[in-house]
Amino acid sequence: MRVTCPNCGERDRREFYVKGAALVRPGADAPVEAWHEHVHMRDNPAGDVHELWYHEMGCGAWLNVCRNVVSHEVVSAVLAAGSDLGGAR
Amino acid sequence: MRFSGWRVLKEGLTGNKGWTGHWRDPEPKREYDVVIIGGGGHGLATAYYLAKEHGITNIAVLEKGYLGGGNVGRNTTIVRANYYLPGNSEFYSHSMHLWEGLEQDLNYNAMMSQRGLMMIYHNDGQRDAMVRRGNAIINQGDDAELLDIEGVRQRAPFLNFDDNRFPVMGALLHRRGGTARHDAVAWGFARGADMRGVDLIQNCEVTGIDVENGKVRGVQTSRGVIRAKKVALAAAGRSGQVAAMAGLRLPIESHVLQAFVTEGLKPIINHVIAFAESHMYISQSDKGGLVFGSYLDFYNSYAARGNLPMVEHTMESIMAMVPALGKARLLRSWGGIMDMTPDGSPIIDHSGIEGLYLNCGWCYGGFKATPGSGNAYAHLIATDRPHGAATKFKLDRFRSGYGLMDEEGTGAQHNLH
Repeated sequence: MRVTCPNCGERDRREFYVKGAALVRPGADAPVEAWHEHVHMRDNPAGDVHELWYHEMGCGAWLNVCRNVVSHEVVSAVLAAGSDLGGAR
Repeated sequence: MRFSGWRVLKEGLTGNKGWTGHWRDPEPKREYDVVIIGGGGHGLATAYYLAKEHGITNIAVLEKGYLGGGNVGRNTTIVRANYYLPGNSEFYSHSMHLWEGLEQDLNYNAMMSQRGLMMIYHNDGQRDAMVRRGNAIINQGDDAELLDIEGVRQRAPFLNFDDNRFPVMGALLHRRGGTARHDAVAWGFARGADMRGVDLIQNCEVTGIDVENGKVRGVQTSRGVIRAKKVALAAAGRSGQVAAMAGLRLPIESHVLQAFVTEGLKPIINHVIAFAESHMYISQSDKGGLVFGSYLDFYNSYAARGNLPMVEHTMESIMAMVPALGKARLLRSWGGIMDMTPDGSPIIDHSGIEGLYLNCGWCYGGFKATPGSGNAYAHLIATDRPHGAATKFKLDRFRSGYGLMDEEGTGAQHNLH
């Protein structure tokens, strides 16, 4: 797998650390149930998924990578900072 | 058809014409007491123990492909009871005892080989962890012995003892650990279940689960509607999608775990050897191939094949720890789809929908669990109470945070197991 980092261009998978599903983070005052869903429960689809990838051996940016988990094709990669994952629900 | 030495002799002298198929190929009935989704090791074992120990024989096992074509045919065949946290400890001990009587029980040659398993440690910290683990294994009633470097050298003189970064200091020896022929385990359970009247239905994909008023009614399949009083999931890496048919979300991500086998070689490795250095483990099949693997690829995947970085890591580990194997040629590699839970331990529990049961989250430990899982799951399905050896495999442990079983001590979150 090769990922096209918006800052660095196309790079090998080994430059990245994969954090897992890119989910909208519950707000600080969200109920416990929302945190349980966020931390543990997963849709786990066989298709395109959004994940957080950290460009550990490159620019150090967190990326929101869309990837097909059946074919391993990387569909897109954008900066996580601009993809509205943080904040209240 | 019973297997025996006498039968083998007789068939050998009469052209082997008397052998018949090991199980029927029935048409699905319209209704069953229990429908099991998934005809792999765990699903077949569950059907077998339901029939044998609980007298429930009106069962269908629905398999979308062929029996044993999933993870039970895609693993590294290792059998062991060397877990140490309460919950896992008593369960894998129970499973080990079932393994030891399995071939007699099934009248089937599963090539069970208790050749001993050595977990190599490379530093003082790992040695202390092995001592702790060994004590836990002994306390659960199983066997563990701490070997020093001479103990390892005696048993595996071909290891690289002087690696600068990861010298071999010793090992924890688990004598009753070993390997079993993975396909034969599936076939033996299939035959045993079939002989007791269970319908094994292949090429039958479940496409929906019918739930009315919080109670399960049956399943939709590619071969028609099948009604059932109870429906039991045993779909391993596909658990998330099957559960979604009943409107459930699970604490599971599916990851790929690769394994490798070399060409057939003369006997060199007598044990199963696992290295704390890299999670790499290796054994030699009875056919001579060296079977080995190491980590997950560590990203979600349903591809049943991995990528090259983990191939490289595994080969580097082999070269570092067993350089004598450097010229062995790799025959093939494959990937299994692992149903990973946040704490790395499994779930055998009610689903929250009446009559629908969960058996999933086996992570990388599914094969050794096969008889124990089937046995405990059958108990839950038949009696609605957990089996005594599987009381801690609760679905709600993630919500409550109580009873997590994180063997690696890395924390109960998805990307760490």
